[in-house]
Amino acid sequence: MRKWFKSGDPWIWLIGGAVSVSVVMVVGLLLLIGARGLGHFWQPPIVEATHTVDGEERVILGTIRSAETVTAQAVREAGIEVPEGQELVTRYLFHLGNRDVTGRDFEWFVSDLLSEFRYPENAIMLERQEWGNFFGYLVAVKEDGEVVAEGEAAFEELNQRLKRSTALVEETVRMERYDIGRINFLIEQERLAERRAELDDSLSDDERARMTAQSMAEVARLNEEYQELHAELLELRARARRDSLVALTADGEERTISLSQVVRATRANTMSVGDKMVEYGSRLWGFMSGYPREANTEGGIFPAIFGTVMMVIIMSIVVTPFGVLAAIYLREYAKQGPVTKIVRISVNNLAGVPSIVFGVFGLGFFVYFLGGNIDQLFYPEALPAPTFGSPGLIWASLTLALLTLPVVIVSTEEGLTRIPKAMREGSLALGATKAETLWKVIVPVSTPAMMTGLILAVARAAGEVAPLMLVGVVKLAPNLPVDGQFPFIHLERRIMHLGFHIYDVGFQSPNAEAARPLVYATALVLVGLILVLNLTAIAIRNRLREKYKSESD
Amino acid sequence: MSTSNSTSTVASARDLLSDGGRRARLRRLRHFKDLLTRFLVSGAGYGVVISLALIFVFLFAEVMPLLRNASIESPTSYTVPGSDAPTRFIAMERYREAAVRFADDGTVSFFDPTDGRHLQQQVIDFEGGGVVSFASAEPRTGIAAYGLDNGRLALVRHEYDLSYPDDVRLVTPKLTFPVGDPVITIDEEGQPLNVIAVQRGDRGIGIVAYTADGRLLLTRFTSRRSLMTGETEFVPSQYELPAPPAAPTRILIDITMRNLLIGDAQGFLHIYDITDPEQAVLRDSRRVIQGDLASVTTLEYLLGTVSVIVGGSDGSVAQYFLVRDEDNIGRITRIREFQQHPGAITTIFPEYSRKGFAVGDAAGQVGVHYGTSASTLLQKQVSDNPIENIAVAPRNNGLMWTDGTGQIHYAEMWNRHPESSWKALWNKVWYEGRSQRDYVWQSSSATDEFEPKFSLVPLSVGTLKAAFYAMLFAMPLAIFGAIYTAYFMSPKMRGFVKPTIEVMEALPTVILGFLAGLWMAPFVENHLPAVFSILVLMPLFMLTTAWLWSNLPQAFRSTIPPGWEAAILIPVVLFTGWLCVTMSPLIEVWFFDGSMRQWFTDVGITYDQRNALVVGVAMGFAVIPTIFSIAEDAVFNVPKHLTQGSLALGATPWQTVIGVVLLTASPGIFSAVMIGFGRAVGETMIVLMATGNSPVVNFNIFEGMRTLSANIAVEMPEAAVGSTHYRLLFLAALVLFGFTFILNTIAEVVRQRLRAKYSSL
Repeated sequence: MRKWFKSGDPWIWLIGGAVSVSVVMVVGLLLLIGARGLGHFWQPPIVEATHTVDGEERVILGTIRSAETVTAQAVREAGIEVPEGQELVTRYLFHLGNRDVTGRDFEWFVSDLLSEFRYPENAIMLERQEWGNFFGYLVAVKEDGEVVAEGEAAFEELNQRLKRSTALVEETVRMERYDIGRINFLIEQERLAERRAELDDSLSDDERARMTAQSMAEVARLNEEYQELHAELLELRARARRDSLVALTADGEERTISLSQVVRATRANTMSVGDKMVEYGSRLWGFMSGYPREANTEGGIFPAIFGTVMMVIIMSIVVTPFGVLAAIYLREYAKQGPVTKIVRISVNNLAGVPSIVFGVFGLGFFVYFLGGNIDQLFYPEALPAPTFGSPGLIWASLTLALLTLPVVIVSTEEGLTRIPKAMREGSLALGATKAETLWKVIVPVSTPAMMTGLILAVARAAGEVAPLMLVGVVKLAPNLPVDGQFPFIHLERRIMHLGFHIYDVGFQSPNAEAARPLVYATALVLVGLILVLNLTAIAIRNRLREKYKSESD
Repeated sequence: MSTSNSTSTVASARDLLSDGGRRARLRRLRHFKDLLTRFLVSGAGYGVVISLALIFVFLFAEVMPLLRNASIESPTSYTVPGSDAPTRFIAMERYREAAVRFADDGTVSFFDPTDGRHLQQQVIDFEGGGVVSFASAEPRTGIAAYGLDNGRLALVRHEYDLSYPDDVRLVTPKLTFPVGDPVITIDEEGQPLNVIAVQRGDRGIGIVAYTADGRLLLTRFTSRRSLMTGETEFVPSQYELPAPPAAPTRILIDITMRNLLIGDAQGFLHIYDITDPEQAVLRDSRRVIQGDLASVTTLEYLLGTVSVIVGGSDGSVAQYFLVRDEDNIGRITRIREFQQHPGAITTIFPEYSRKGFAVGDAAGQVGVHYGTSASTLLQKQVSDNPIENIAVAPRNNGLMWTDGTGQIHYAEMWNRHPESSWKALWNKVWYEGRSQRDYVWQSSSATDEFEPKFSLVPLSVGTLKAAFYAMLFAMPLAIFGAIYTAYFMSPKMRGFVKPTIEVMEALPTVILGFLAGLWMAPFVENHLPAVFSILVLMPLFMLTTAWLWSNLPQAFRSTIPPGWEAAILIPVVLFTGWLCVTMSPLIEVWFFDGSMRQWFTDVGITYDQRNALVVGVAMGFAVIPTIFSIAEDAVFNVPKHLTQGSLALGATPWQTVIGVVLLTASPGIFSAVMIGFGRAVGETMIVLMATGNSPVVNFNIFEGMRTLSANIAVEMPEAAVGSTHYRLLFLAALVLFGFTFILNTIAEVVRQRLRAKYSSL
């Protein structure tokens, strides 16, 4: 034993263990996010059970969110009676839904007080526009208050009518978002135009009066259009409300729910695996393409994905040329000496500066200084409401461009260093100018390196949240930064962002338990995006290295 | 044949060449393009340098004003407007478009403070009384009172109406009478009111008067909304308080109408509890000015009427407030003193919205001081005569004083950031209402009278605490892992392990933070025994496995070549983890009465759910890839002939690692740790989400913290642009920037030297 210790082998094993622990943690983390994120869309069975406390029975109906083993002591401290002598207790977290009825939709139940689980076939789960999920037993489907289907046929009828009402609801949402949104936008534009005319000293009083009158007429016309749309909207809403369903809750209470409130209805316990797969796909799609509901705790994350992508695109447009040219300067044009070395080290160090510092700089310099001045010069009519003088898409993109600049420079420089000298000299020897050598030989050859840099920059930018909290993201953006109104891309608007969405929903939302699976799913999307980007970058870089290795042989 | 062929090619090629003019144009174009490219590329190069410098310069420029003291500029003087009688009191209006002067004869004149232009005048009718005393309430109330020689008192208020005819601001000053009648009777016996005090609080207006025959009278006007007319009316109630031990020179009453302060000619300060005026008692007396002939010459409350500034005949300026002792009795406590003035303090004027004040003395000096930071921002000789009255503009941008020469003097003032001083940021400070000096960061509150507490100590300690625990977790794992991966691991496995760990560097920290806060924090709280048992059992089980392995038959061992130890250990790691988590509730039942969390509380250890342990693991996780990657490179690039030499001389692999590899690679490992530490210091999202963000000053692993970076993220969006708070957040950013920049530079230089060393070996 002693000899064995002296040989040093145990220590080798021990430091090997450090690697095992690291790898287990990394893989475990990814699996955890993956499992929780993907599991969110799978329809679990709806469980019915009887909960007995002091002889009082209560029927509960819902899905099981999680189970855990705790000490009986902890449960007793929480005020729940557990048989004496028992030391450990298993408890289940039930998603009971029906927040509008009971006020709380998640509840822990100790397994000792629960009866056998039952899986009633007529139990339904409704995903609603408001108040979260509903669990109950379907009784009947009504049209204008008249029962049209009951019993077994009701669910089939419900699904048919749900399709109709969903289409109508979608239509109303579309109208609110686009048609009415357009009118509001135009009215605001007219108001600004009027104000602009007022501020413009070069106009004569007549011209000013004429412009004001024109704006007023336009606003009147728009208001009229709005009234029409509004009437249409009311009618659509009324039509969507035509059908309703009647369901019993687990307590035996009868509830009537308008179909316009229902997003989807499932009878989980009768679904086959195939059905569940179809439902899974549909939910996943709804999540990726839908808008958030209920203070972001339900619905989809489309605006967050869109915002992240927009921001990253604009950032790339700024950072790529700047970073690539700077790298070319450092490697090809600048005199290699102490100054270049210092610049190189500084650029490298910039990558290690905390991202929040960039956020502070972005807020102070871009938003307040640049944006404030832009407002003074170009948007005086909107003041004191800021246009560019408040956090927004453009400032978020610029801040991140600054943040990711070192990534692009370092990666491009690495690519440039790898280009064999012979290539450069060959080109120059043939009479090409330095610029021609650069554009026709060096840049094409080092394109993959630049791509790598860009991809890494995008991956870094997509995951950054801290600086964005200061310069441009928002909890809930009423409009996307791109829409049908001139100038189509609204750089001054605030955006939603996947990373910030995680922070916001996970930590600022009122109903944290309900939102949790959604946060996992969002995290999964973000991690997936970043891993794919990084792996692509690594793959490109490896191929590049191989290529030059073989060429230089 | 071939010769002629090639000649003809040349000839035809020459024919294809364009004529001289076009070629020259082409040359020029190419030259132009070359220049353009050079210009573009150099532009981008310089652009990077400029933007780098810009970040630093901008952050610095935003912080600089914090270091500036107060200053006054372009003083102007003009003859006092209104009557020739001595000035009792002066004050300015918010926009400095109007100022007011209360003269001894009851003339109240409004004028433009910048040029003395007379705006309006009103003479108070004292109904036959003669003025013997004067007092003003907190300056923001605008209330002032004249004490008369017939036991009566004139209560007035200067107010300013704002209107915007034609989009231009117009300030209209006016004089109102807060309780309806201008002159009210205080003393039924008609004695002169020698010293008076007035104050307005939530519960109405309080007036205290000291009569010529030595009685102390309190009159309270309680506001009440009349049910009949809907108008506010004031109901007076009068009380006689116990007489003070000596004749007061100055009386003050606070806005809660609970405390009455009296300063006397012997240099004493007395505090009366008048919560119930019927049973008013003298709570405490204290000599505040030392010396035989010294007396309290002026006494003024700071904003919020908690702290009192005492000005003495010896030129001393000191701040006092009540601090509760063990018996829960408020004692007059000397908190801090300010720079001495050469002459007796004649007048004190508190700021409207902060805890600062201006003083004037008998030697003709004015001074601007600030309470919390104990700083004297300005002390300047402005006159040869004693300063009689002084006034600060409500927005602290103007200073006005009189010196008994029949002139009013006015100057623009710059005094934006008095709250920050080196002492206030880094030393313990005694804040209002606290029982002792302390480090506190509390930047905002709902009330107007709030005293901002800007101590950077809790934030710096929090930052170091988070980074310390993160490094404690990350360093062993990352460095040991790196050594193993670079030196012992089989190349095949290394090809998988290295990218796996490195790709984690790209993982957004918001995800780590969210997992730490929402998943790990509750998990750890419920499985505390598991955390500790893993710490002990993990190495133990690994060693056991290693020993068992070494005792397995050689034939079996050789099926797995060396370099795969880590892979063999993975099931062990998983098993240990599973075992500890499963056993956790049982351990709690056996040793901790069913709840370790409760046990902690019983033993007296504070336990927050989101604590430094959780942050340490999560942030450690974030820095492991950074440290691992750099350290692994350093170890891997140790020249092979060194290690082979060592092995050839008979050293075991482990001895080679300790004696040769580690020694050679230690600068690289050092730089890896530096960079990892830099990352941990600046990390924002993990700390923001995995701690409670409470700014505490301790290193308890079971409590949370608030770091500089998280503090910026939380408070920056709410900070008013240009305020001290805003600039302090910039200072925090600058500190983070500078710190990480230096750390990374050191690491980079060390690394480059190491590389040079390797290539020379």
